[in-house]
Amino acid sequence: MGQETDRIVVVGAGHAGGSVVAFLRQYGWSGPITLVGAEPIPPYHRPPLSKAWLKGEADAASLALRPENFYADNAIELRLGTVATAIDRATHTLSLNCGESLAYDHLILALGARARKLPLPGADLVGVMELRTAADADRLKAAIGEGRRLAIIGGGYIGLEAAASAQALGAEVTIIEREPRLLARVASPPLSTFFQDFHRSKGVAIELDAGVEALEGQGGQIAAIRLSNGKTIQCDAVLIGVGAVANDELARACGLSCGNGIEVDAASRTSDPAIYAIGDCTFRPLEPYSRNVRLESVPNAIEQSKQAAASLCGRPPPAPEIPWFWSDQYNIRLQIAGMPFDVTETILRGDPATGSFAVFHLAPDATVRSVEAVNAPPEFMAGKLLIAKRKPVPRERLADMAVSMKDLL
Amino acid sequence: MPKVTFIEHNGTAHTVEAKTGLSVMLAAITNNVPGIDADCGGECACATCHVYIEPEWQAKVLAEAGAPAAQEASMLSFAATTQDNSRLSCQITVTEALDGLVVRMPEGQH
Repeated sequence: MGQETDRIVVVGAGHAGGSVVAFLRQYGWSGPITLVGAEPIPPYHRPPLSKAWLKGEADAASLALRPENFYADNAIELRLGTVATAIDRATHTLSLNCGESLAYDHLILALGARARKLPLPGADLVGVMELRTAADADRLKAAIGEGRRLAIIGGGYIGLEAAASAQALGAEVTIIEREPRLLARVASPPLSTFFQDFHRSKGVAIELDAGVEALEGQGGQIAAIRLSNGKTIQCDAVLIGVGAVANDELARACGLSCGNGIEVDAASRTSDPAIYAIGDCTFRPLEPYSRNVRLESVPNAIEQSKQAAASLCGRPPPAPEIPWFWSDQYNIRLQIAGMPFDVTETILRGDPATGSFAVFHLAPDATVRSVEAVNAPPEFMAGKLLIAKRKPVPRERLADMAVSMKDLL
Repeated sequence: MPKVTFIEHNGTAHTVEAKTGLSVMLAAITNNVPGIDADCGGECACATCHVYIEPEWQAKVLAEAGAPAAQEASMLSFAATTQDNSRLSCQITVTEALDGLVVRMPEGQH
Protein backbone atom coordinates (compact mmCIF):
# COMPACT_ATOMS: atom_id res chain seq x y z
CA MET A 1 0.00 0.00 0.00
CA GLY A 2 1.25 3.46 -0.82
CA GLN A 3 1.22 6.76 1.04
CA GLU A 4 -1.30 9.35 -0.10
CA THR A 5 1.34 11.78 -1.30
CA ASP A 6 3.38 9.19 -3.19
CA ARG A 7 3.99 9.74 -6.87
CA ILE A 8 2.75 7.07 -9.26
CA VAL A 9 4.14 6.87 -12.77
CA VAL A 10 2.41 4.61 -15.28
CA VAL A 11 4.37 3.63 -18.38
CA GLY A 12 2.21 2.68 -21.33
CA ALA A 13 -1.05 4.39 -22.30
CA GLY A 14 -2.98 1.46 -23.74
CA HIS A 15 -6.10 -0.11 -22.25
CA ALA A 16 -4.27 -1.23 -19.09
CA GLY A 17 -2.50 2.08 -18.49
CA GLY A 18 -5.64 4.06 -19.25
CA SER A 19 -7.70 1.88 -16.90
CA VAL A 20 -5.34 1.82 -13.94
CA VAL A 21 -5.18 5.60 -13.65
CA ALA A 22 -9.00 5.72 -13.61
CA PHE A 23 -9.26 2.98 -10.96
CA LEU A 24 -6.61 4.68 -8.81
CA ARG A 25 -8.72 7.84 -8.69
CA GLN A 26 -11.93 5.82 -8.17
CA TYR A 27 -10.30 4.08 -5.23
CA GLY A 28 -9.27 7.39 -3.70
CA TRP A 29 -5.61 7.78 -4.61
CA SER A 30 -4.84 11.47 -4.07
CA GLY A 31 -1.15 11.65 -4.92
CA PRO A 32 0.28 12.71 -8.28
CA ILE A 33 -0.25 10.35 -11.22
CA THR A 34 1.62 10.60 -14.51
CA LEU A 35 0.73 8.49 -17.54
CA VAL A 36 3.51 8.11 -20.11
CA GLY A 37 2.56 6.88 -23.60
CA ALA A 38 4.53 6.44 -26.80
CA GLU A 39 1.56 7.12 -29.08
CA PRO A 40 0.50 10.71 -29.73
CA ILE A 41 -3.11 10.20 -28.54
CA PRO A 42 -4.68 9.37 -25.15
CA PRO A 43 -5.68 5.75 -24.42
CA TYR A 44 -8.21 4.28 -26.83
CA HIS A 45 -10.10 1.06 -27.54
CA ARG A 46 -8.01 -1.21 -29.76
CA PRO A 47 -10.65 -3.89 -30.53
CA PRO A 48 -12.60 -1.66 -32.97
CA LEU A 49 -9.44 -1.02 -35.03
CA SER A 50 -9.99 -4.24 -36.98
CA LYS A 51 -13.79 -3.85 -37.04
CA ALA A 52 -15.94 -0.69 -36.80
CA TRP A 53 -12.99 1.71 -37.09
CA LEU A 54 -11.63 -0.01 -40.17
CA LYS A 55 -15.05 0.08 -41.79
CA GLY A 56 -15.41 3.79 -41.01
CA GLU A 57 -18.33 3.16 -38.65
CA ALA A 58 -16.72 4.64 -35.52
CA ASP A 59 -15.46 8.16 -34.85
CA ALA A 60 -12.41 9.23 -32.87
CA ALA A 61 -14.50 10.23 -29.86
CA SER A 62 -16.05 6.78 -29.60
CA LEU A 63 -12.62 5.17 -29.92
CA ALA A 64 -11.22 7.10 -26.93
CA LEU A 65 -11.21 5.21 -23.64
CA ARG A 66 -12.22 8.39 -21.80
CA PRO A 67 -13.11 11.89 -23.02
CA GLU A 68 -10.19 14.25 -23.53
CA ASN A 69 -10.88 16.41 -20.45
CA PHE A 70 -11.01 13.31 -18.22
CA TYR A 71 -7.30 13.36 -17.51
CA ALA A 72 -7.12 17.03 -16.50
CA ASP A 73 -10.37 16.70 -14.51
CA ASN A 74 -8.85 13.84 -12.55
CA ALA A 75 -5.40 15.39 -12.09
CA ILE A 76 -3.72 12.79 -14.29
CA GLU A 77 -0.69 14.20 -16.07
CA LEU A 78 -0.41 12.87 -19.63
CA ARG A 79 3.02 12.58 -21.24
CA LEU A 80 2.12 11.44 -24.75
CA GLY A 81 4.46 10.85 -27.64
CA THR A 82 7.02 9.96 -25.00
CA VAL A 83 9.01 6.75 -24.76
CA ALA A 84 10.48 5.48 -21.50
CA THR A 85 14.04 4.35 -22.12
CA ALA A 86 15.31 3.05 -18.77
CA ILE A 87 14.34 2.35 -15.19
CA ASP A 88 16.79 3.04 -12.37
CA ARG A 89 15.41 0.95 -9.53
CA ALA A 90 17.96 2.20 -7.00
CA THR A 91 17.02 5.86 -7.41
CA HIS A 92 13.35 5.25 -8.41
CA THR A 93 13.83 7.13 -11.65
CA LEU A 94 12.40 6.62 -15.11
CA SER A 95 14.35 8.01 -18.07
CA LEU A 96 12.47 9.37 -21.08
CA ASN A 97 13.53 9.72 -24.70
CA CYS A 98 13.21 13.50 -24.48
CA GLY A 99 16.14 13.53 -22.07
CA GLU A 100 14.02 14.20 -19.01
CA SER A 101 13.58 11.78 -16.16
CA LEU A 102 10.64 11.20 -13.82
CA ALA A 103 10.94 10.29 -10.14
CA TYR A 104 8.46 7.71 -8.87
CA ASP A 105 7.47 6.13 -5.60
CA HIS A 106 5.44 3.47 -7.42
CA LEU A 107 5.92 2.53 -11.04
CA ILE A 108 3.29 0.66 -13.07
CA LEU A 109 4.46 -0.95 -16.28
CA ALA A 110 1.67 -1.25 -18.83
CA LEU A 111 3.99 -1.73 -21.78
CA GLY A 112 1.70 -3.85 -23.92
CA ALA A 113 2.75 -6.08 -26.77
CA ARG A 114 3.80 -5.44 -30.34
CA ALA A 115 3.07 -7.24 -33.57
CA ARG A 116 5.49 -10.07 -34.28
CA LYS A 117 7.70 -9.35 -37.29
CA LEU A 118 8.33 -11.89 -40.01
CA PRO A 119 11.93 -12.04 -41.16
CA LEU A 120 10.92 -12.22 -44.81
CA PRO A 121 12.57 -10.85 -47.90
CA GLY A 122 10.48 -7.86 -48.95
CA ALA A 123 8.93 -7.21 -45.53
CA ASP A 124 9.98 -3.56 -45.81
CA LEU A 125 8.13 -2.94 -49.09
CA VAL A 126 5.56 -0.13 -49.14
CA GLY A 127 2.12 -1.61 -48.55
CA VAL A 128 3.22 -4.28 -46.08
CA MET A 129 1.43 -3.51 -42.84
CA GLU A 130 0.63 -4.66 -39.34
CA LEU A 131 -2.37 -3.78 -37.17
CA ARG A 132 -1.78 -2.77 -33.60
CA THR A 133 -2.28 0.99 -33.31
CA ALA A 134 -4.75 3.57 -34.58
CA ALA A 135 -2.04 4.80 -36.99
CA ASP A 136 -1.68 1.24 -38.32
CA ALA A 137 -5.45 1.05 -38.79
CA ASP A 138 -5.52 4.34 -40.69
CA ARG A 139 -2.82 3.08 -43.05
CA LEU A 140 -4.70 -0.16 -43.61
CA LYS A 141 -7.98 1.69 -44.12
CA ALA A 142 -6.38 3.80 -46.85
CA ALA A 143 -5.15 0.68 -48.62
CA ILE A 144 -8.39 -1.31 -48.77
CA GLY A 145 -11.52 -0.56 -50.69
CA GLU A 146 -13.55 -1.60 -53.71
CA GLY A 147 -11.53 -3.92 -55.90
CA ARG A 148 -8.28 -3.61 -53.97
CA ARG A 149 -6.45 -6.88 -53.37
CA LEU A 150 -5.46 -7.46 -49.74
CA ALA A 151 -3.39 -10.47 -48.75
CA ILE A 152 -3.38 -11.32 -45.07
CA ILE A 153 -0.55 -13.40 -43.64
CA GLY A 154 -1.83 -15.20 -40.55
CA GLY A 155 -5.26 -16.70 -39.94
CA GLY A 156 -5.64 -15.55 -36.34
CA TYR A 157 -8.20 -13.13 -34.90
CA ILE A 158 -6.58 -9.96 -36.26
CA GLY A 159 -6.37 -11.51 -39.71
CA LEU A 160 -9.92 -12.82 -39.72
CA GLU A 161 -11.47 -9.63 -38.35
CA ALA A 162 -9.54 -7.52 -40.86
CA ALA A 163 -10.60 -9.93 -43.62
CA ALA A 164 -14.27 -9.53 -42.69
CA SER A 165 -13.99 -5.73 -42.61
CA ALA A 166 -12.01 -5.51 -45.86
CA GLN A 167 -14.47 -7.85 -47.58
CA ALA A 168 -17.34 -5.61 -46.42
CA LEU A 169 -15.52 -2.67 -48.04
CA GLY A 170 -15.36 -4.51 -51.35
CA ALA A 171 -11.74 -5.62 -51.24
CA GLU A 172 -10.57 -8.94 -52.68
CA VAL A 173 -9.12 -10.76 -49.70
CA THR A 174 -6.79 -13.76 -49.46
CA ILE A 175 -5.82 -15.23 -46.10
CA ILE A 176 -2.55 -17.15 -45.99
CA GLU A 177 -2.08 -19.54 -43.06
CA ARG A 178 0.95 -21.70 -42.37
CA GLU A 179 -1.02 -24.27 -40.32
CA PRO A 180 -3.54 -26.71 -41.77
CA ARG A 181 -6.41 -24.73 -40.23
CA LEU A 182 -7.34 -21.14 -39.31
CA LEU A 183 -7.10 -20.07 -35.64
CA ALA A 184 -4.85 -23.09 -35.08
CA ARG A 185 -3.23 -21.72 -31.92
CA VAL A 186 -6.26 -20.09 -30.40
CA ALA A 187 -9.40 -22.11 -31.12
CA SER A 188 -10.59 -25.69 -31.48
CA PRO A 189 -11.01 -27.49 -34.83
CA PRO A 190 -14.82 -27.07 -35.01
CA LEU A 191 -14.34 -23.30 -34.74
CA SER A 192 -11.67 -23.36 -37.44
CA THR A 193 -13.95 -25.26 -39.79
CA PHE A 194 -16.84 -22.93 -39.11
CA PHE A 195 -14.83 -19.77 -39.76
CA GLN A 196 -13.10 -21.22 -42.83
CA ASP A 197 -16.48 -22.08 -44.34
CA PHE A 198 -17.98 -18.73 -43.42
CA HIS A 199 -15.14 -16.62 -44.81
CA ARG A 200 -15.10 -18.65 -48.02
CA SER A 201 -18.87 -18.25 -48.38
CA LYS A 202 -18.28 -14.48 -48.26
CA GLY A 203 -15.76 -14.72 -51.08
CA VAL A 204 -12.55 -14.63 -49.05
CA ALA A 205 -9.84 -16.92 -50.48
CA ILE A 206 -7.99 -19.04 -47.92
CA GLU A 207 -4.64 -20.73 -48.46
CA LEU A 208 -3.90 -23.28 -45.72
CA ASP A 209 -0.64 -25.14 -45.11
CA ALA A 210 0.99 -22.28 -46.95
CA GLY A 211 4.30 -20.80 -45.89
CA VAL A 212 5.45 -17.48 -47.26
CA GLU A 213 8.68 -17.63 -49.26
CA ALA A 214 8.97 -13.98 -50.17
CA LEU A 215 7.17 -10.70 -50.60
CA GLU A 216 7.77 -9.38 -54.08
CA GLY A 217 7.65 -5.75 -55.04
CA GLN A 218 7.54 -3.49 -58.03
CA GLY A 219 9.21 -0.12 -57.67
CA GLY A 220 9.39 -0.53 -53.91
CA GLN A 221 5.66 -1.30 -53.60
CA ILE A 222 4.31 -4.75 -52.68
CA ALA A 223 2.96 -6.60 -55.69
CA ALA A 224 2.80 -10.28 -54.86
CA ILE A 225 3.43 -12.98 -52.27
CA ARG A 226 5.26 -16.13 -53.26
CA LEU A 227 4.08 -19.16 -51.27
CA SER A 228 5.79 -22.40 -50.36
CA ASN A 229 3.08 -24.36 -52.21
CA GLY A 230 4.21 -22.86 -55.51
CA LYS A 231 1.39 -20.33 -55.80
CA THR A 232 1.86 -16.60 -56.18
CA ILE A 233 -0.80 -14.26 -54.78
CA GLN A 234 -1.01 -10.89 -56.57
CA CYS A 235 -1.88 -8.09 -54.18
CA ASP A 236 -1.95 -4.33 -53.61
CA ALA A 237 -1.43 -4.53 -49.85
CA VAL A 238 -0.33 -7.07 -47.24
CA LEU A 239 -1.37 -7.29 -43.61
CA ILE A 240 0.84 -9.40 -41.38
CA GLY A 241 -0.99 -10.71 -38.29
CA VAL A 242 1.07 -13.50 -36.81
CA GLY A 243 0.79 -12.87 -33.10
CA ALA A 244 2.34 -10.45 -30.67
CA VAL A 245 5.34 -10.36 -28.38
CA ALA A 246 5.47 -8.75 -24.93
CA ASN A 247 7.18 -5.39 -24.62
CA ASP A 248 9.22 -6.49 -21.62
CA GLU A 249 12.67 -5.14 -22.60
CA LEU A 250 12.49 -2.20 -20.17
CA ALA A 251 11.78 -4.65 -17.33
CA ARG A 252 14.48 -7.12 -18.37
CA ALA A 253 17.06 -4.37 -18.68
CA CYS A 254 16.56 -3.34 -15.05
CA GLY A 255 16.64 -6.92 -13.79
CA LEU A 256 12.97 -7.61 -13.05
CA SER A 257 12.05 -11.31 -13.19
CA CYS A 258 10.61 -12.16 -16.58
CA GLY A 259 9.27 -15.29 -18.22
CA ASN A 260 6.97 -15.04 -21.22
CA GLY A 261 6.52 -11.40 -20.21
CA ILE A 262 7.07 -9.60 -16.90
CA GLU A 263 6.44 -11.92 -13.97
CA VAL A 264 3.79 -10.66 -11.56
CA ASP A 265 1.81 -12.04 -8.63
CA ALA A 266 -1.95 -12.05 -8.09
CA ALA A 267 -1.80 -8.37 -7.12
CA SER A 268 0.19 -7.52 -10.28
CA ARG A 269 3.40 -6.88 -8.27
CA THR A 270 6.70 -7.56 -9.99
CA SER A 271 9.83 -8.84 -8.25
CA ASP A 272 10.49 -5.21 -7.18
CA PRO A 273 8.00 -4.06 -4.49
CA ALA A 274 7.95 -0.54 -5.98
CA ILE A 275 6.99 -1.78 -9.45
CA TYR A 276 3.72 -3.25 -10.71
CA ALA A 277 3.06 -4.58 -14.20
CA ILE A 278 -0.32 -5.01 -15.91
CA GLY A 279 -1.85 -6.07 -19.20
CA ASP A 280 -0.41 -7.76 -22.30
CA CYS A 281 3.21 -7.42 -21.10
CA THR A 282 2.75 -9.60 -18.01
CA PHE A 283 3.25 -13.26 -17.23
CA ARG A 284 0.62 -13.73 -14.56
CA PRO A 285 -0.72 -16.45 -12.31
CA LEU A 286 -4.09 -17.82 -13.38
CA GLU A 287 -5.40 -19.40 -10.23
CA PRO A 288 -8.20 -21.57 -11.65
CA TYR A 289 -5.67 -23.26 -13.92
CA SER A 290 -2.71 -23.41 -11.49
CA ARG A 291 -0.27 -21.96 -13.98
CA ASN A 292 1.20 -18.72 -15.26
CA VAL A 293 0.08 -17.32 -18.57
CA ARG A 294 0.46 -14.25 -20.72
CA LEU A 295 -2.96 -13.02 -21.80
CA GLU A 296 -3.59 -10.52 -24.56
CA SER A 297 -7.05 -9.20 -23.89
CA VAL A 298 -8.99 -6.18 -22.71
CA PRO A 299 -10.64 -8.04 -19.78
CA ASN A 300 -7.19 -9.08 -18.57
CA ALA A 301 -5.94 -5.50 -18.80
CA ILE A 302 -8.91 -4.31 -16.74
CA GLU A 303 -8.61 -7.10 -14.16
CA GLN A 304 -4.93 -6.44 -13.55
CA SER A 305 -5.55 -2.67 -13.46
CA LYS A 306 -7.98 -3.29 -10.62
CA GLN A 307 -5.54 -5.58 -8.84
CA ALA A 308 -2.74 -3.00 -8.94
CA ALA A 309 -4.99 -0.07 -8.02
CA ALA A 310 -6.57 -2.00 -5.13
CA SER A 311 -3.17 -3.05 -3.82
CA LEU A 312 -1.79 0.50 -3.97
CA CYS A 313 -4.89 1.98 -2.35
CA GLY A 314 -5.02 -0.63 0.40
CA ARG A 315 -8.34 -2.06 -0.73
CA PRO A 316 -9.25 -5.75 -0.66
CA PRO A 317 -8.19 -7.47 -3.89
CA PRO A 318 -10.88 -7.79 -6.57
CA ALA A 319 -12.49 -11.20 -7.00
CA PRO A 320 -10.50 -13.40 -9.43
CA GLU A 321 -12.02 -13.59 -12.88
CA ILE A 322 -12.26 -16.23 -15.56
CA PRO A 323 -10.41 -14.96 -18.62
CA TRP A 324 -12.59 -14.23 -21.60
CA PHE A 325 -12.23 -12.99 -25.17
CA TRP A 326 -14.47 -11.95 -28.00
CA SER A 327 -14.28 -11.53 -31.74
CA ASP A 328 -16.81 -10.07 -34.17
CA GLN A 329 -16.67 -11.04 -37.84
CA TYR A 330 -19.50 -10.25 -40.27
CA ASN A 331 -22.62 -10.88 -38.17
CA ILE A 332 -20.89 -13.55 -36.10
CA ARG A 333 -20.09 -12.98 -32.47
CA LEU A 334 -17.57 -15.38 -30.98
CA GLN A 335 -17.22 -15.33 -27.19
CA ILE A 336 -14.67 -17.52 -25.42
CA ALA A 337 -14.42 -18.09 -21.68
CA GLY A 338 -11.64 -19.92 -19.88
CA MET A 339 -8.57 -21.64 -21.27
CA PRO A 340 -8.38 -25.18 -22.67
CA PHE A 341 -5.73 -26.40 -20.17
CA ASP A 342 -5.80 -30.03 -19.03
CA VAL A 343 -8.79 -30.81 -21.22
CA THR A 344 -9.42 -34.30 -22.47
CA GLU A 345 -12.87 -34.04 -23.94
CA THR A 346 -14.77 -31.79 -26.31
CA ILE A 347 -18.53 -31.49 -26.33
CA LEU A 348 -20.38 -29.82 -29.17
CA ARG A 349 -23.69 -28.20 -28.29
CA GLY A 350 -25.82 -27.12 -31.21
CA ASP A 351 -25.26 -27.47 -34.94
CA PRO A 352 -22.62 -25.23 -36.62
CA ALA A 353 -24.77 -25.33 -39.78
CA THR A 354 -27.37 -23.20 -37.96
CA GLY A 355 -24.76 -20.50 -37.26
CA SER A 356 -25.20 -20.83 -33.50
CA PHE A 357 -23.31 -23.42 -31.44
CA ALA A 358 -20.83 -23.86 -28.64
CA VAL A 359 -17.82 -26.08 -28.01
CA PHE A 360 -17.18 -27.03 -24.40
CA HIS A 361 -13.81 -28.36 -23.26
CA LEU A 362 -13.84 -30.62 -20.22
CA ALA A 363 -11.21 -31.91 -17.83
CA PRO A 364 -11.21 -35.62 -16.93
CA ASP A 365 -13.40 -34.89 -13.86
CA ALA A 366 -16.12 -33.50 -16.19
CA THR A 367 -15.60 -29.89 -15.09
CA VAL A 368 -15.78 -27.27 -17.82
CA ARG A 369 -12.41 -25.59 -18.46
CA SER A 370 -13.35 -23.47 -21.46
CA VAL A 371 -16.20 -22.71 -23.82
CA GLU A 372 -16.19 -21.27 -27.33
CA ALA A 373 -19.60 -19.84 -28.14
CA VAL A 374 -20.61 -18.75 -31.63
CA ASN A 375 -23.72 -16.55 -31.62
CA ALA A 376 -24.62 -18.29 -28.37
CA PRO A 377 -24.60 -15.84 -25.42
CA PRO A 378 -26.35 -18.22 -22.98
CA GLU A 379 -23.69 -20.88 -23.57
CA PHE A 380 -20.96 -18.28 -23.07
CA MET A 381 -22.44 -16.78 -19.91
CA ALA A 382 -23.42 -20.11 -18.34
CA GLY A 383 -20.14 -21.67 -19.44
CA LYS A 384 -18.21 -18.92 -17.68
CA LEU A 385 -20.16 -19.62 -14.48
CA LEU A 386 -19.60 -23.38 -14.81
CA ILE A 387 -15.84 -22.84 -15.21
CA ALA A 388 -15.76 -20.74 -12.04
CA LYS A 389 -17.87 -23.25 -10.09
CA ARG A 390 -15.74 -26.22 -11.12
CA LYS A 391 -18.84 -28.33 -10.89
CA PRO A 392 -18.86 -31.52 -12.96
CA VAL A 393 -21.52 -31.44 -15.68
CA PRO A 394 -23.47 -34.36 -17.10
CA ARG A 395 -22.05 -34.70 -20.61
CA GLU A 396 -25.23 -35.87 -22.37
CA ARG A 397 -27.26 -33.02 -20.91
CA LEU A 398 -24.63 -30.46 -21.90
CA ALA A 399 -24.79 -31.70 -25.49
CA ASP A 400 -28.59 -31.68 -25.51
CA MET A 401 -30.04 -28.41 -26.81
CA ALA A 402 -33.37 -29.36 -25.22
CA VAL A 403 -31.73 -28.88 -21.82
CA SER A 404 -31.51 -25.19 -20.95
CA MET A 405 -28.12 -23.87 -19.85
CA LYS A 406 -29.88 -22.57 -16.73
CA ASP A 407 -30.66 -26.13 -15.71
CA LEU A 408 -26.99 -27.07 -15.91
CA LEU A 409 -25.84 -24.45 -13.40
CA MET B 1 -27.70 18.10 -20.41
CA PRO B 2 -29.79 15.34 -18.80
CA LYS B 3 -28.62 14.12 -15.42
CA VAL B 4 -28.28 10.47 -14.45
CA THR B 5 -27.74 9.25 -10.90
CA PHE B 6 -25.76 6.07 -10.32
CA ILE B 7 -26.05 4.59 -6.84
CA GLU B 8 -23.25 2.25 -5.82
CA HIS B 9 -24.05 -0.95 -3.95
CA ASN B 10 -22.83 0.72 -0.75
CA GLY B 11 -25.31 3.57 -1.23
CA THR B 12 -22.92 6.23 -2.53
CA ALA B 13 -24.74 8.26 -5.18
CA HIS B 14 -23.07 9.90 -8.18
CA THR B 15 -25.14 12.35 -10.21
CA VAL B 16 -23.52 13.10 -13.53
CA GLU B 17 -24.31 14.95 -16.73
CA ALA B 18 -25.09 12.55 -19.55
CA LYS B 19 -24.84 13.45 -23.23
CA THR B 20 -27.95 12.69 -25.23
CA GLY B 21 -27.36 10.15 -27.96
CA LEU B 22 -24.72 8.31 -25.95
CA SER B 23 -25.34 5.37 -23.68
CA VAL B 24 -25.96 5.44 -19.94
CA MET B 25 -22.83 3.27 -19.64
CA LEU B 26 -20.75 5.97 -21.35
CA ALA B 27 -22.11 8.58 -18.95
CA ALA B 28 -20.64 6.50 -16.12
CA ILE B 29 -17.31 5.89 -17.87
CA THR B 30 -16.98 9.56 -18.87
CA ASN B 31 -17.45 10.62 -15.27
CA ASN B 32 -15.37 7.80 -13.72
CA VAL B 33 -18.32 6.43 -11.75
CA PRO B 34 -17.12 3.35 -9.85
CA GLY B 35 -18.96 0.10 -10.40
CA ILE B 36 -19.48 0.18 -14.18
CA ASP B 37 -16.68 -1.82 -15.80
CA ALA B 38 -17.82 -2.07 -19.43
CA ASP B 39 -15.04 -4.48 -20.39
CA CYS B 40 -16.22 -4.76 -24.00
CA GLY B 41 -16.67 -1.03 -24.53
CA GLY B 42 -20.40 -1.15 -25.26
CA GLU B 43 -20.68 -4.12 -27.60
CA CYS B 44 -23.19 -6.00 -25.43
CA ALA B 45 -20.64 -8.81 -25.15
CA CYS B 46 -19.77 -8.90 -21.46
CA ALA B 47 -22.58 -7.85 -19.08
CA THR B 48 -20.21 -5.78 -16.92
CA CYS B 49 -22.28 -2.59 -17.13
CA HIS B 50 -25.28 -4.15 -15.39
CA VAL B 51 -27.61 -1.75 -13.56
CA TYR B 52 -31.00 -1.87 -11.86
CA ILE B 53 -33.47 0.72 -13.09
CA GLU B 54 -35.21 2.41 -10.15
CA PRO B 55 -38.86 1.25 -10.22
CA GLU B 56 -40.29 4.71 -10.92
CA TRP B 57 -38.12 4.93 -14.05
CA GLN B 58 -38.84 1.50 -15.48
CA ALA B 59 -41.78 2.55 -17.64
CA LYS B 60 -39.94 5.56 -19.05
CA VAL B 61 -36.81 3.53 -19.86
CA LEU B 62 -38.99 0.95 -21.59
CA ALA B 63 -40.68 3.71 -23.62
CA GLU B 64 -37.38 5.40 -24.56
CA ALA B 65 -35.01 2.46 -25.01
CA GLY B 66 -37.40 -0.38 -25.69
CA ALA B 67 -37.27 -3.80 -24.07
CA PRO B 68 -33.92 -5.62 -24.03
CA ALA B 69 -33.11 -7.10 -27.45
CA ALA B 70 -32.31 -10.81 -27.70
CA GLN B 71 -28.56 -10.40 -27.14
CA GLU B 72 -29.01 -8.19 -24.07
CA ALA B 73 -31.75 -10.39 -22.65
CA SER B 74 -29.71 -13.56 -22.89
CA MET B 75 -26.57 -11.92 -21.48
CA LEU B 76 -28.62 -10.47 -18.61
CA SER B 77 -30.32 -13.72 -17.77
CA PHE B 78 -26.95 -15.13 -16.71
CA ALA B 79 -25.44 -12.01 -15.14
CA ALA B 80 -24.79 -12.11 -11.42
CA THR B 81 -27.79 -11.05 -9.27
CA THR B 82 -30.19 -10.32 -12.09
CA GLN B 83 -33.54 -8.79 -11.19
CA ASP B 84 -36.66 -7.90 -13.16
CA ASN B 85 -35.39 -4.32 -13.46
CA SER B 86 -31.92 -5.31 -14.67
CA ARG B 87 -30.51 -3.72 -17.84
CA LEU B 88 -27.16 -3.44 -19.52
CA SER B 89 -26.47 0.29 -19.40
CA CYS B 90 -24.61 0.21 -22.73
CA GLN B 91 -27.94 -0.58 -24.39
CA ILE B 92 -29.82 2.46 -23.05
CA THR B 93 -29.36 5.68 -24.99
CA VAL B 94 -29.69 8.90 -23.01
CA THR B 95 -32.56 11.14 -24.14
CA GLU B 96 -34.03 14.35 -22.71
CA ALA B 97 -36.94 12.28 -21.43
CA LEU B 98 -34.51 10.33 -19.25
CA ASP B 99 -33.31 13.49 -17.46
CA GLY B 100 -33.20 12.55 -13.77
CA LEU B 101 -32.85 8.80 -14.36
CA VAL B 102 -31.74 6.85 -11.30
CA VAL B 103 -30.05 3.47 -11.55
CA ARG B 104 -28.47 1.26 -8.91
CA MET B 105 -25.45 -0.96 -9.33
CA PRO B 106 -25.03 -4.57 -8.29
CA GLU B 107 -22.41 -5.57 -5.73
CA GLY B 108 -20.04 -6.70 -8.46
CA GLN B 109 -20.00 -6.97 -12.23
CA HIS B 110 -18.33 -10.38 -12.41
